[in-house]
Amino acid sequence: MRPEITRSRTWAVAAVGGAAVLLSAACGSASSTANTASAPGVTATTVTIGSTQPLTGPAAPGYSEIAPASNAYFKYVNAHGGVNGRKIAYTYLDDQYNPTSTTTQTRKLVLQTQVFAMFQALGTPTHLSVVSYLNSEHVPDLFVASGCNCWNNTSQYPDTFGWQPNYTIEGKILGQYIVQNFATKKIGFFLQGPNDEFGTDGFMGVNDSLQGKGLSVDSTPAYYTPTAAGAMAVGAAIAGLQAQGVQVIVSFSVPLFTAIAEASAAGLNYHPQFVVSNVGSDPPTLSTILTGGSLGKALPAALIAGTISDTYLPLLTDAANPWVTLFKSIKAQYAPSLPWDGNVEYGMAEAYTFVQALRAAGQNPTRASIVAAVQSSHWTDGPGLTPYAYSSSDHNGFTGVQMVTVGADGTLTTLGGVEITDDTPTGAITAFTGTPSTPPANGIPSD
Amino acid sequence: MSTVLRRSTLARHGLVFLGLAIVLLLLTSFVFDSYTNYNVTEVAIYAIAAAGLTVLTGINGQVSLGHGALMMIGAYTTSVLLTRYPDLPLILMLVASIATTGIAGAIVGLAGARLRGPYLAGATLALAVALPQVPSHFASVFGGNQGLTIVAPAPPAFLSNFSPEQWLAWITLLAALITFFVLANLVRSATGQRFRMVRDNEVAARLSGVDVARTQVLAFVVSAACAGLAGSLFAYWVTLTSPSGFTLNLSLSLLTAIVIGGLGSLSGAVLGSFILVYLPVWTGGFASSLNLSSNVANNVPLAIYGIVLIVAILVFPRGVAGGVASIARGVTRALRASRGTGPLPAAPEAPSQ
Repeated sequence: MRPEITRSRTWAVAAVGGAAVLLSAACGSASSTANTASAPGVTATTVTIGSTQPLTGPAAPGYSEIAPASNAYFKYVNAHGGVNGRKIAYTYLDDQYNPTSTTTQTRKLVLQTQVFAMFQALGTPTHLSVVSYLNSEHVPDLFVASGCNCWNNTSQYPDTFGWQPNYTIEGKILGQYIVQNFATKKIGFFLQGPNDEFGTDGFMGVNDSLQGKGLSVDSTPAYYTPTAAGAMAVGAAIAGLQAQGVQVIVSFSVPLFTAIAEASAAGLNYHPQFVVSNVGSDPPTLSTILTGGSLGKALPAALIAGTISDTYLPLLTDAANPWVTLFKSIKAQYAPSLPWDGNVEYGMAEAYTFVQALRAAGQNPTRASIVAAVQSSHWTDGPGLTPYAYSSSDHNGFTGVQMVTVGADGTLTTLGGVEITDDTPTGAITAFTGTPSTPPANGIPSD
Repeated sequence: MSTVLRRSTLARHGLVFLGLAIVLLLLTSFVFDSYTNYNVTEVAIYAIAAAGLTVLTGINGQVSLGHGALMMIGAYTTSVLLTRYPDLPLILMLVASIATTGIAGAIVGLAGARLRGPYLAGATLALAVALPQVPSHFASVFGGNQGLTIVAPAPPAFLSNFSPEQWLAWITLLAALITFFVLANLVRSATGQRFRMVRDNEVAARLSGVDVARTQVLAFVVSAACAGLAGSLFAYWVTLTSPSGFTLNLSLSLLTAIVIGGLGSLSGAVLGSFILVYLPVWTGGFASSLNLSSNVANNVPLAIYGIVLIVAILVFPRGVAGGVASIARGVTRALRASRGTGPLPAAPEAPSQ
């Protein structure tokens, strides 16, 4: 039950409001209005946002660092005055990458914590279980940490926005690289699924590029279920691909399952070329899983050398890049216990986008104003290699990637330039010619 | 009136449940906020399933590690029907789920009546492990691993200021009250007496003319029907029916609820369900107040949960309901002693149910 505002309180509010209007009129400035509690989760001094994250469970290795990294960026912003005088309070709850837990944890955030918006809720199968609910409650659902095409659905999910390049865009560009470089080899797939949009969207994108190019493709993908039981079945799935004579394995998998797949192949003395989606290929994460012994015994990190993937953020090792310098220094001060890896960079970069959105939503943001701000701001500056695609008809974030390969020392090297495309089957892939943006000097988005 | 109440279990139970219904109606409508209603709904769902399990395990003596799978049958019945025919009324969904799960329970019960102890536990465990694999093989019907998403029931027009959480809490609590009313009467009836006879001594029961196998199958059907009802409500509560909701963990949680609540007592099923829902809420809050590094903090709620369960079983071997009863007996004895009525012979221990 919400407390009813009593009549005397209403009068008090009206009186204060009237005084404020008079005051601002006297000063002749419209921007000096006071901060108000303009929406659920917004007070004069704080903005509370929420998220569901795999802090434990099969997707936790690597991904559990994302929300703490975002929180480190928010702490940095808060220490420098916050956004329009408000500090960002970020509550992220563990859903163990289990869609049923996601529904209960999301209800907790919306009904109990009463968050202003959801931010960076992680996972395709997990977030699909709550996207309808969030939209029916008109809770802004910003920058889902998943590349499912489903977040770009402005008619059904007007309050939901993606952020990273969607899996079909990514798959198309990976597929083009395969056509250009592995045309004579037999191509197979290792996917999260079956009927998991993470796997199917990526599969669709790669196939869009392979179609009609005369490549030999093993049309039955090998699937894994992201559970402890599923982990035990990976070996058999990889052996199946080996039996089919697959030479290039395209993998849309979370880090733990990429690591298990590559380790299983090596264990079978099977050495295919792995082409892995960005979300499952961060080398520091994979090498921690492999060398940490969580797969039963400590394995050499060099297992992943030669793996091909892609990126839409600056390379972790690019010390000259101003985004990398910024994020590394914030991490060192506000989250020293986190490693410097792709998950942390992702968390920081996405938090930067959120601060951009919150600033643009106005001094007293509402749920509607932040959604409108993301759609209409057309930011050209951000941490990505390409600009954001956000508009009223497009809720995709970044729309391009750059191909990379893992070296023997576990660092990434780029293969060619940044390429952009859309998620239609025939949309052309073109070279991105814009110049990359740089962060403002203080590392906080400005107007 | 009082003689009617003393003589008729049905009338006495009816009055108690009517009173409870009014209290819960007022609480959900005027006192609880949306999130409390949401949690209360969860408690009621677990309580329905746990009560069914209490009848089977506590009263009839058959162990089931597969009640999560039976809930899954109920949930999928509702979700598959709703996906095909979105306009069917909720009551029909509940009845259909009770029916399909009851039939499944009869089949499992027929096999179960031939098995004893660990073999029955093993067979039902297999059900809990195997059934969640089925949806991914028939994805067109069951939505695969992604599952089926349904919409929470909307309150009727005359309750338009009700939140969906409030409305579902109403429905679920009503369903729970009806279930407990039926079960409370069942366990006091001749059928309930036969359930207990089979549990305590099969040979003696058979000598007294009880058809053991038939009694066991009947207990399984009753228990499964409860799980089906709980499963159907679970589908509405989560709004998603996917294999991820029906892990082995769910089956074990239900068993935990009835053991920690007090094996064989229906009120124990309610207490156990309450603990099951609220303990993680409290431990989660405690863990986040400790300011630990995230790797540790993420796992603390689970660890505390485990420790509390172990301690609870050690302290209250007959569950919370049993513990409360023996404390009450102790207090009564102490009071009598202090009034100088002299030491009474120790009160007989409650039957080890």
